[in-house]
Formats: sequence, structure tokens, C-alpha cells
Amino acid sequence: MRIPTPVIEYSLILPMLIVFTAAVISVGLEAFLPQRQRRQWQVSLTLAALVLALVSLIFTANTYTRSLAIEGTIAFDGPGVFLQFVILLSSILATMIMAENKVDPAGDAFSPRASAVAGSEDEALVTKLRLVQTEVWPLMLFSVSGMLLFVTANDFLVLFVGLEVMSLPLYLLAAMARRRRLLSQEAALKYFILGAFASAILLFGIALTYTYTGEMNFGAISTGISANNNAAGLLTVAVALVAVGLLFKVGAVPFHQWVPDVYTGSATVVTAFMASAVKVAAIGGLLRVFFVAYGGYAWDWRPMFWAVAILTMLVGSIVALSQIDVKRMLAYSSVANGGFILIGFASTSRAGTAAILFYLLTYSLATIGAFALVSLVRDPAGEANNITRWKGLGKKSPLVAGLFGFYLLSFAGIPLTSGFVAKFTIFVAAVSGGALPLVLVGVVASVIAAFFYVRIIILMFFSDPEPNGPVVVVPSLLTSGAIAFTSVASAVLGVFPQWVIDYVSSISVFLR
Amino acid sequence: MSNLLLALVATPFLAAVLLPVATKYFQWSAKVFAIASALITLVLALIIAASFDRSSSSLTQFDFKVTWIDVFGISFHIGVTGIGLVLVLLTAVLTPIVLWADFHTALKRPVLYSSLILLLAGSANLIFLARDLFLFYVFFEAMLIPVFFLIGIYGGVNRSKAAIKFLMYGLAGGLIMLAAIVALTLIATAQLQRSTFDIATLSQSISLTQTQELWLFLGFFIAFAIKAPMVPLHTWLADTAEQATPGTSTMLIGVLDKIGTFGMIALVLPLFPNVSAQLAPWIIALAVVSIIYGAILAIGQKDMRRLFAYTSISHFGFIVMGIFAFTTVGIAGATLYMVAHGLSTAALFLVAGHLIKQRETSLIADYGGLTKVAPVMAGLFLMAALSALALPGMAGFVAEFMVLTGAYQRYQGAAIVATLGIILAAIYMLWLYQRVFTGPENEKSNLVKDLTSKEVMPLVPIFALLILFGFWPQPVLSTIEKSVDNVMQQVNSVDPAPLFAVENEEQN
Repeated sequence: MRIPTPVIEYSLILPMLIVFTAAVISVGLEAFLPQRQRRQWQVSLTLAALVLALVSLIFTANTYTRSLAIEGTIAFDGPGVFLQFVILLSSILATMIMAENKVDPAGDAFSPRASAVAGSEDEALVTKLRLVQTEVWPLMLFSVSGMLLFVTANDFLVLFVGLEVMSLPLYLLAAMARRRRLLSQEAALKYFILGAFASAILLFGIALTYTYTGEMNFGAISTGISANNNAAGLLTVAVALVAVGLLFKVGAVPFHQWVPDVYTGSATVVTAFMASAVKVAAIGGLLRVFFVAYGGYAWDWRPMFWAVAILTMLVGSIVALSQIDVKRMLAYSSVANGGFILIGFASTSRAGTAAILFYLLTYSLATIGAFALVSLVRDPAGEANNITRWKGLGKKSPLVAGLFGFYLLSFAGIPLTSGFVAKFTIFVAAVSGGALPLVLVGVVASVIAAFFYVRIIILMFFSDPEPNGPVVVVPSLLTSGAIAFTSVASAVLGVFPQWVIDYVSSISVFLR
Repeated sequence: MSNLLLALVATPFLAAVLLPVATKYFQWSAKVFAIASALITLVLALIIAASFDRSSSSLTQFDFKVTWIDVFGISFHIGVTGIGLVLVLLTAVLTPIVLWADFHTALKRPVLYSSLILLLAGSANLIFLARDLFLFYVFFEAMLIPVFFLIGIYGGVNRSKAAIKFLMYGLAGGLIMLAAIVALTLIATAQLQRSTFDIATLSQSISLTQTQELWLFLGFFIAFAIKAPMVPLHTWLADTAEQATPGTSTMLIGVLDKIGTFGMIALVLPLFPNVSAQLAPWIIALAVVSIIYGAILAIGQKDMRRLFAYTSISHFGFIVMGIFAFTTVGIAGATLYMVAHGLSTAALFLVAGHLIKQRETSLIADYGGLTKVAPVMAGLFLMAALSALALPGMAGFVAEFMVLTGAYQRYQGAAIVATLGIILAAIYMLWLYQRVFTGPENEKSNLVKDLTSKEVMPLVPIFALLILFGFWPQPVLSTIEKSVDNVMQQVNSVDPAPLFAVENEEQN
């Protein structure tokens, strides 16, 4: 008897293969290289692999026609390629700021031995020896490869594998902050427990979907749903459970409680990675599952998305008002921005997809830039994250404060920034999908959100600096390069967004 | 000619960006550079004004259009209307004066200040010239930012509060308008089978149902009523004016707030003619409330700058009344009023600014009997005050007269009540003059130095124009004539009975 072997289109999954392979090599480096040499090798390997993957992605996208790959389990389609592009781009930028070791006098941003008890002699010793944590790099690569798989998965099993490969390293990365170890460990534990819980719920939803349609493949599920009119209650429960599992990753209200704790507890550079690449991947996965697999069921799930979007925008914006920690404030801002993206789900048309893709690109660039800047404002104990400590920063360091102000204005959606164009495209798409009330809530939430962004600008520029305030550390070329790139890109996308908008509009069709 | 228009729009922005570079790396004087660029803009505006065809009844002239965001049908489309041109000229005249005047007040960071003022002026120009709704909106919102920093960095003790109040009001209004714009273009897309933001197309080829038009009208009108503060959306203005520098206040009230009333003429009337006509009585009523309430509040103020702000609220009431009277004279008068008010506000704030700068207080009670120590200042202040209260012979008088005549043609009652505003204006202005400049000398009045010729120089053009337009408003009126006719056509309105002609020509 011949067992049929699956056809594997290696050319179409080349970017993923590159990152996966690099991750495996990276584990090997960890085992075989002496401690002192690991850092430079790991950093170079990570950067090289990600850049190579990005180049090969661009090459692949330009060479091959869009099609399903590996027996229909991977969708090499417009949105998939674009999401992979954004993930790789933000991962490269995140890697650049994670590799920074000029900012913290003790070394880089990661605890030399995450397993050491916080405040113990063991910890003091490894810090004194200036040991360097290099396990973050294989973890990072695995996480990125999981994301690349997650956003192109066209099959619930592959999706779940992608989700876990992406998430498990993140739980560990969250635990590795050098400063404020207890907060970091708490963040990791919370993230892990809640994440595992959400995965289980997702898995349950997948199982129920399989029960209903007998399929795992998104295209087949879609057909199955339109063919089957019985027992819709089962399907509703299945869709709801899948939505809960995926909205948890997005950080949408009411599944957002982990976001502020994890974003605050993790090293700021890791937070930048989570708020950009991870968020893009989470939304990307959600997008494909609901537009492709459950696309025919949109009339039933759309009200739920309305409710979640409204809650997410309002809760994110209102709670952010009372935050006094910059990272926590940005975390809630990230929640609120997730809500704005969810507005796009109100229209399953191509316009909605295009708007979401554009939003993801602009948001991930701006958020990396913002967190990178947060990591530069320091006092002897580490980062000065309390907002009141940022008083008068505009006078001490006009460049950093000016750029941070620019990002805040972009998050607030002031015209001539990329954030405005993104919000505008989402609003247009939503209104064309008949979601005017959602847009009105979005407008109210924007005004509320603007208030707390502007409050920071006021602190930075309109107050006088305190005598023993924090200092702005001059970073190495890696971080400054990343900040320069995100700033220029954000400015260009704010004034000349037409090329990217044209592009995403032309590729916003899912294959099924 | 359209290239010239592009140059006019681009010059302030380029100058704002190059200014820090030029001062830092080439050691150029910020003052010379900023004023020179503002003067170049003025010259360009004058050339455009000179070649503007006043007899052409085409909607816009010198159009410049390039595609911007094709998917949404957005283009960078600018063109000159008569009304827009007048306001561009007002901006171009005020910008160098403000830059010049404020350099005498020894600013902390002059380079940033000049850049922000130039950005503000550039944005204002684009708004007055925009023929694309998206372009209009982008700069309508974006220009809040330079003003926000101008208030917040250079303002008084409570500058942060004032700045955030200003910004939040502006953003709230703008975002409401954004929702309306998005909804409007969606309706347009459904009807035209293509997405467009072109103002002319939207006003001519779209038919809206009564409900649609009402909601969209409200979205736009609220945004503009915040900007040109109308009661009850006016509270931000007094706080802002109290904290901002005289130059900032001049640009803010003289130019930026005109965007509100300009928006009513250029967008609200053409886009929503039916609802505008239906709601006109209500808006006129609101305008009359603004006129009287603003004036009464002005009388009660203890602080000079707050007083000026409330007088402006009263004056904006007149402008809005002229616009929504739906008569040629009313709209033309409203436009002339914008110019006159811009100039007289500048005069008031700049003259009073010198006084406030010296004594570091703007409380009226802190002054008295200044005519003896500062006669020049007193004379100029009196002139500014007289122009603000619309003394015959000043531009304000012609404008106010036209607005009242225009309003009287349709709303006799409202016009009669509004004339009370003139009397109240005399009270608040002359009483202010009396308390500050006449009467017994205050113990510290001797410390006030009179204006030097250097300080008087920037004010000369303002007073010259105020008097010129008071006796001879034709340059303004002939420029806006066809533009006003176009607006009247767009709202399908015919003057009731010509009691008063704009010019002695035949109306065709």
C-alpha cells in the first residue's frame, strides 16, 4: 500500500522555514558556544535570519502567484503575505532594540539568570560577573516563526500549533526583565496561566466547530457552515469560544486584564515586541478565522464584535486616563487601539481588511518607536516610568521628547500622522459596512484618548524639569536606527499614505 | 498662476522647517528669516490678488490639483475663491506683523515660536484654499497642534490648563466633523459610484434626504461653532486668550477662529443648503444670544484679555448672523466683518500686549490714568477700541452696518435686538479705556513706558487698513462679490427686496 505524501510548496513557505531553521540553529549555538561569545553570534544570527526572511518574503511574493500551500493548510495570499511582512519588519526593529546594551549600565535589558530568586545573592553574583542572558534569542526566533505560521494558517490545527509556538516563548520572555524582577515574574505567571486558559477555550471552540462541520480547513468549514442549517446553537457556541480564545491574544475587553500587567512587568524592549508583532499576529489570525472560516456566519457574530469593539475602545481609553505609569498607559492605549482595529470587523468587505492591514502596519511601527523611547528615559534604579518623572523632558532632551510627542499625537489620531490615516481608513470602511454607531463611539473614544496622550505632552513640554529628574541615555546605533526608521516611516505614512493604501486595497482578498 | 498658489501655500511650511536649520547652522537671524518668509508670502498673496479675475463668476480660480489618496478619491486640490482670497490676505498681512511685534517682547525661544506661527499661517492658508474636504479637514485639525504649543510653551501661569482646554474643544469638534465627513462621502460613493471628497462635486451632485442633511449639518456646524466660538460652545476662548501671548491671541482670534465662520460659508451653506435655510432662524437666534451675552460678559470682565475674548464672541455673533441671513449684503458684510475684526483684534491685543508685558498683569484694576505717562499707547489703544466698537470711518462700521442691513431684510426682530450689541460695545470698550487710561493715576502707573517708534511701526499697517476699509471697502467687496453670488446661488436664495446694494452695479 502506498501512503500518499503531502505536497509541500517549499518556495511559498521559505520565509517561515528560514526563521524556524535559524531558531533551531540558535538553540545549538546556545549549547556549543562559550558563554562570552554567545551574545554576538545570537544577535547576528537573529538579525540575519529575520532580514533574510524578509527579503525572501518580498522575493516570493513578487515571484509566485497567490495560492494555498501544503494541502490547503497554509494560505499564501495577499493579507497573509502582508501580515508576515509587518511581523518580520516589527520583529527586526524589536530585535534591534532588544540587542541594545549601552542603555543599562549593568548590560542589556534581560536578567542574566531569570531562574534566580529576586534579590538573592545568586542574582547579585551573576550580575556582578556580568553574565549575559542569550536564551532570549532562540525564544524570540521561535516566537516569530510561530507568528508567521499563525497568520497564514488556513486550518485550525495549524493555527493552534502556530499559536502555541508563538505564545510559549513569550511567556518566558516576559519573565526575563533585568529590573523589577518580581513584577516581571508576576507578569510571566499571569500571562502563562491566562494564556493557557485561553488556549484551552480556543481548543474547545475548534473541537465544537469540527463537531458541527466535520472539517478543520477554513475553506471547508466555510462551505460546511453554508450547507448546514441545523443545530446553529452548537455553531454559535463554537464561534463564541474561538472568539474568546483569539480575542484574549488581541487583548480585547473583557479579556484584557493581562495586558497592563504583562506590558508593565516585561522588559520594555520585550513589551515593544509584544505590542507590535504579537498584536499584529493576533489580529491577523482573528481576521482570517472570522473572515474566511466563519465568513458565512457574519450576521451572527458581528453583533458580538460590535459589543467587544465598543467595550474595548471605551474601557481602554477611560482606564488609561487614570494611569501614572508610562508603560501602563501605553498598555491601555494598546488595548484601546485594538478596539479601533476591531471596528474594521464591522465590514467583512475588502475595504475592512485593507483598513485593518494598514492600521496594523502604522500602529506596530509607532508602538515600537514609543516603547524604544520609553526605555531611554532612566534614573539610577532603571527606567523612570512614572509619568510625573517625565516633567520638563522637552527642555532637557527636545529630540526624545519631541519624537515621543509625535508618537503620542499619532496614537491620538491627529492629522498628518500615520495614526490619523489609519483611523480614517478604518472609519470609512466601517461606515460603508453600516457601522456608523461604532464610528461615533470611536470618535468619542478618540477624544477621551487624546486627553491622556496630550496630558503627557503637557508634562514634557509645558512644565519645568525637576532637579533630580531622570536622564535620557544616548543609545547605540541599533536603538537609534530603529527609532529613526519608525519615526521616518510614521511621518511618511502620515503624509503620503497613498502607496501603501493602494497596495493593501489591491491585496486584501483572502484565499479559501 | 496655480504654481504661484502652490508657492504661496508652501512658503510658510518650508520656512518653518528651514528656520531651525538656518539659525542653528548658518547663524541667520531668526527674526529676519521668519519675517522675510512671511513677507514673501504676503507678496505672493498680493500678486495672486492682483491677477484674480473679479468679474469671473467661476467657482474657483488658479486651481491646482494632484491625486493624493486615489482609493478614496482624495486629491490635493486648492483653488482661490473671492472669500478665501480675502482671508488669505488677512493671514498674510497679520503674520509678519505678529512676528515683528512679538520679537519686541523678548521671547524665550524665538526660533520655535516663529516656526509655530509660520506653521499656523501655512495651515490657515491651506484651509482657506482647500477645495477637497479631506484636505480641509486634515489642516483644520492639524493646526490645533502649533496653537496648542504656542499657548502651552509661551503662555501665562495657567497655560497648561488653557492649552488642553483649547485642544480638547478643537479635537472634539473636529472629530464630530470627521464622522460627518465620512458619512457624507459614503453617501456620495453610493450615489456617484465612486468615492470623492471634492467640495464642488459634493455640493452639486449629491442629493441628501432631510434626515441625512440634518445630521451632517449638525456635525459640521458644531465643529465650526466651536472654532468661531458661539454661545454655548465659547468657554474655551476666554481662558485661552487670558493665557496666550498677544501674538498668539492675534493669530488665534484674528485668523484661526475665522476658519469657523469661513467653514460655514464655504462648506455648510453649499453642502447643506436646505437644512441651513430651515435652521437659519434658530442659528440667527443663537447668534443674537452670542452678540448680547458676549457683550454683557465683556462688560463684567476684570481682566483685559478676557474682555477682548468676550468682545470677539459678540463679534462672531454678528458674523454668523450675516452669514445665515441668506442675503448678499449679509454674507458680503460677514466677510468684511471677518477682515475688520481680524485687524481690530490684532490692534487691541498687540497694543494691550505691550502694556501687559511691562506690568505683568492684565487686570484692569491695576491700571489707571495712563494717558499722562503713555500718550502714544493711549492714542493707539483708543483707536483700536473705536475700531472694535465699529465707529463710522473704521472698517468695523461698514461691516456691522452691512450685516445688520442684510439681516434686517429677513429677520427684522433679530437685527433690531442685535443693534443693542453696538451700544454694549461702546460701553465695554469706552469704559475699559476710561478705567485704564483716564482717571487718577495708579501708584505704579509711572513705571509704564510709552511705546517707542519701533513698537509702533508694526501697528501702522493695521490701523492704515482699518481706516482704509472704513472709508473705501471696495477692494474687499469687489473681490468677494462674485464669490458671494455663487454662495447665494448654491443655497438657491434670492435677496428679498434690495434695500441696499453692495455696489452701484446691476446685479445679474
